[in-house]
Amino acid sequence: MKKNIANGLTLAAIAVVFTGIMTALVFFGVIDEYTAQILSLAGINVIVALSLNLISGFTGQLALGHAGFMAVGAYTTAYCIMKLNLPMFLAILIGGLVTAVFGLVIGFPTLRLRGDYLAIVTLGFGEIIRVIMINLEQITGGAAGLKGIPSFTEDILLAPALSLLWVFSVMIITIILVSNLIKSSYGRAILSVREDEIAANAMGINVFYYKMYAFTISAFIAGVGGGLYAPFFGYLNPTMFNFLKSVDFLVIVVLGGMGSITGTVIAGFVLTYLQEFLRFLQDYRLVIYPLLLIFIMLFRPSGLMGNREISILGLWQRLFKSKNQSQSKVDKAGER
Amino acid sequence: MTVLRVKDISILFGGLKAVSNFNMTLEEGELLGLIGPNGAGKTTVFNMITGVYHPTSGEIEFADKNGKFQNTTHMKPFQITQMGMARTFQNIRLFKDLTVLDNIRIAYHSNVKYKTFDAVFRTPAFFKEEAEITKKAIELLEIFNLGHKQAELAKNLPYGEQRKLEIARALATQPKLLLLDEPAAGMNPQETQDLTQLIRFIREKFNLTILLIEHDVSLVMGICERIIVLDYGQTIAEGTPAQISQDPRVIKAYLGEEVGLHA
Amino acid sequence: MGFLHEFLQQMVNGISLGSIYALLALGYTMVYGIVKLINFAHGDILMLGAFGGFFVLAAYGVTPLTFILALLVGMLVCATVGIVIEKTCYKPLRSAPRINALITAIGVSIFIENGARVVKAIGPNPKQFPTFKTVNFPIGDINISQIQIIVFVVSILLMFLLTYIVNYTKLGKAMRAVSFDRQAAYLMGINVDWIISFTFALGSALAAAAGILFASAYPQVEPYMGIIPGLKAFVAAVLGGIGSIPGAMVGGFIMGIAETLTKGFISSQLADAIAFGILILILVVKPSGILGKNVSEKV
Repeated sequence: MKKNIANGLTLAAIAVVFTGIMTALVFFGVIDEYTAQILSLAGINVIVALSLNLISGFTGQLALGHAGFMAVGAYTTAYCIMKLNLPMFLAILIGGLVTAVFGLVIGFPTLRLRGDYLAIVTLGFGEIIRVIMINLEQITGGAAGLKGIPSFTEDILLAPALSLLWVFSVMIITIILVSNLIKSSYGRAILSVREDEIAANAMGINVFYYKMYAFTISAFIAGVGGGLYAPFFGYLNPTMFNFLKSVDFLVIVVLGGMGSITGTVIAGFVLTYLQEFLRFLQDYRLVIYPLLLIFIMLFRPSGLMGNREISILGLWQRLFKSKNQSQSKVDKAGER
Repeated sequence: MTVLRVKDISILFGGLKAVSNFNMTLEEGELLGLIGPNGAGKTTVFNMITGVYHPTSGEIEFADKNGKFQNTTHMKPFQITQMGMARTFQNIRLFKDLTVLDNIRIAYHSNVKYKTFDAVFRTPAFFKEEAEITKKAIELLEIFNLGHKQAELAKNLPYGEQRKLEIARALATQPKLLLLDEPAAGMNPQETQDLTQLIRFIREKFNLTILLIEHDVSLVMGICERIIVLDYGQTIAEGTPAQISQDPRVIKAYLGEEVGLHA
Repeated sequence: MGFLHEFLQQMVNGISLGSIYALLALGYTMVYGIVKLINFAHGDILMLGAFGGFFVLAAYGVTPLTFILALLVGMLVCATVGIVIEKTCYKPLRSAPRINALITAIGVSIFIENGARVVKAIGPNPKQFPTFKTVNFPIGDINISQIQIIVFVVSILLMFLLTYIVNYTKLGKAMRAVSFDRQAAYLMGINVDWIISFTFALGSALAAAAGILFASAYPQVEPYMGIIPGLKAFVAAVLGGIGSIPGAMVGGFIMGIAETLTKGFISSQLADAIAFGILILILVVKPSGILGKNVSEKV
């Protein structure tokens, strides 16, 4: 028991120190504002991609409308900040909760069924939500969108550092909570659904319930990711959440490895950076992404990481503690 | 005491009556064999009892943990499993890409008491119960001589061990009734012999009632107290192994098959 | 305008539009029936077909003969594309987990759309589709255009042709066998790979025809034009009972009529949302669709 508490504290300390250092580097200008922006954006992408990995990688149900969930979270958060004057934290939380309700409503008719209906229903949802955003002018500003959403801080000099601090904090909390969930009995229940629904059912697992469970949590996290979008960009419009945005997250998850949190984090940062770096390719990028999806599925369906994880705690202990206590650097999926 | 009552169940598949008016009662501690030629409807009976299919007519009642009978005819498989019935599959259905240990731990899930909150925030309740589950799972694996393979992926086990793991996984749901669907399929005589021992052993150890579908008549004759013979979806004979092996209808049903009934 | 008049006018429009959805839905349903895959790229085949027709009609002008030529060229090109996609992308994944094939299908879909954007001859901007000059035939005070008649007649002819192939030819018999039980069909000496390719070719050819008819009725072509009709046709296939050929036809007509009635009586902006609403409704009420069978997985 003591060891568990010590491990938890070590991990928390590593997370706080890492976030602190990153924020300081931005604050003192070691990391320039542009890079800080990309890093923050990557952080948000990682959050949403993790949520997609939860339902598609870990639960095995393909969802294609995460941009739609983000939109719900983003607009709700913006509304809470601008119209209701709620504090940022609360606004983002409500954004997540409202999105989770959408997840429940969509999941209920769809996840009862076997087959691939979730993919097409979420795809449809992603498209329809944009139509709704355009038509709900009073709340969303219609096609023109919302402008003037307050940033994380009013101090323009502090903004890049504070954005990064917010995004990285939420991202790290998400990573830790999702990986805790996966490495628990509830996570195993979810995995069993992916592996074999009939066998899971025969083992006493309520398959429909656990699909709903994973999907609702996934929607919540995507909503939180969207919620961060609002203050990060300061404006929102429906085109920010089109179908190709959903595909971006799918590419991150597939490239990183369906069922690997580490893979999603790595792929999230790499692809977000590449996206900025490859801007000169313009439309060709739009061709490279789908090709990437096809080639990974054909030749390396496990992506970069398969379902392996790198454990930060394991690395830490390997580096700083005596050999006999150390855990292996790469946790095989099952040794969790 | 009776554990399971199957009353007059029938099922139609696109106009074809796969099982008709099937009746059965299982007494506590009994080991009942269900045999019959290929396509006789044995697995269909299993699937109806475990809730995978729902009978077109008839009723199934299963005694819950307090011994009270519940109508399970239209329940879902996971509900029936939670009441204390577990099964294996004819064509092994393990969680292939998960470890041997996790295959077992999943089966303990429906009895887990800690909540999502405990899991996500790693409360002491989480650590305590996880340790217990893991301990129980490893103990169970030891019984099946699979303890040393706990970290391997299920798909990497040899065939015979996959069969054993599937039985172990079913036991982890803490059933009082165990349904085994052709556990000896694909095994050689020596392995079948070992399996017979194993079934006897777990029956004693876990206080089980067992319903066994089997193709291998020698296994059924050697181990079961009572046998039901199905053919074309209908019960054609019921009785002790000795009675069954002399029943003319049974011999007729098996005629043309190479399997002899002289076990 | 009276209610009845508006209603009848929208019915006419709906039947015409619905026949296009029906053609497209047939491809979804056949492919799903035979390989249990939602072919997300199916809507994009419609776009390719429309462009195939576009090039023919732009080069030779619009006459009944060139229109038929455009149809044939579009269908031939798309049948080939369908086979190529199946052979290169879907076939290697037949035994992989379902989600992998689905992701590949999404990849293929986006690749076709964005590939079309970067190809010089197509490009990102909408193009005017050369079509017949609209001639209206008023019946009472309802207008029926000759384009609507062409759309309807061509669709019905193609549906008859398909029904004939599926029900009365050896190939059709083999298709049904493969869709019923692939393993058994294989053991009976049916060339399963060939039959699956043929199914893709057939579905894609129908999608191409749907594309040309769609572009004739709504004369504009662009790379993303297939997405929304694709979605609606998928809903039509589910509505009719996925895997069922008559179901796809019925579903297509219902979708078309539902859409035009929504446009006429409720709001044109909601017309797209109505398809989604219908999909959710069927999944709740009768997921097996109108003419579909309840199939449970073999354990």
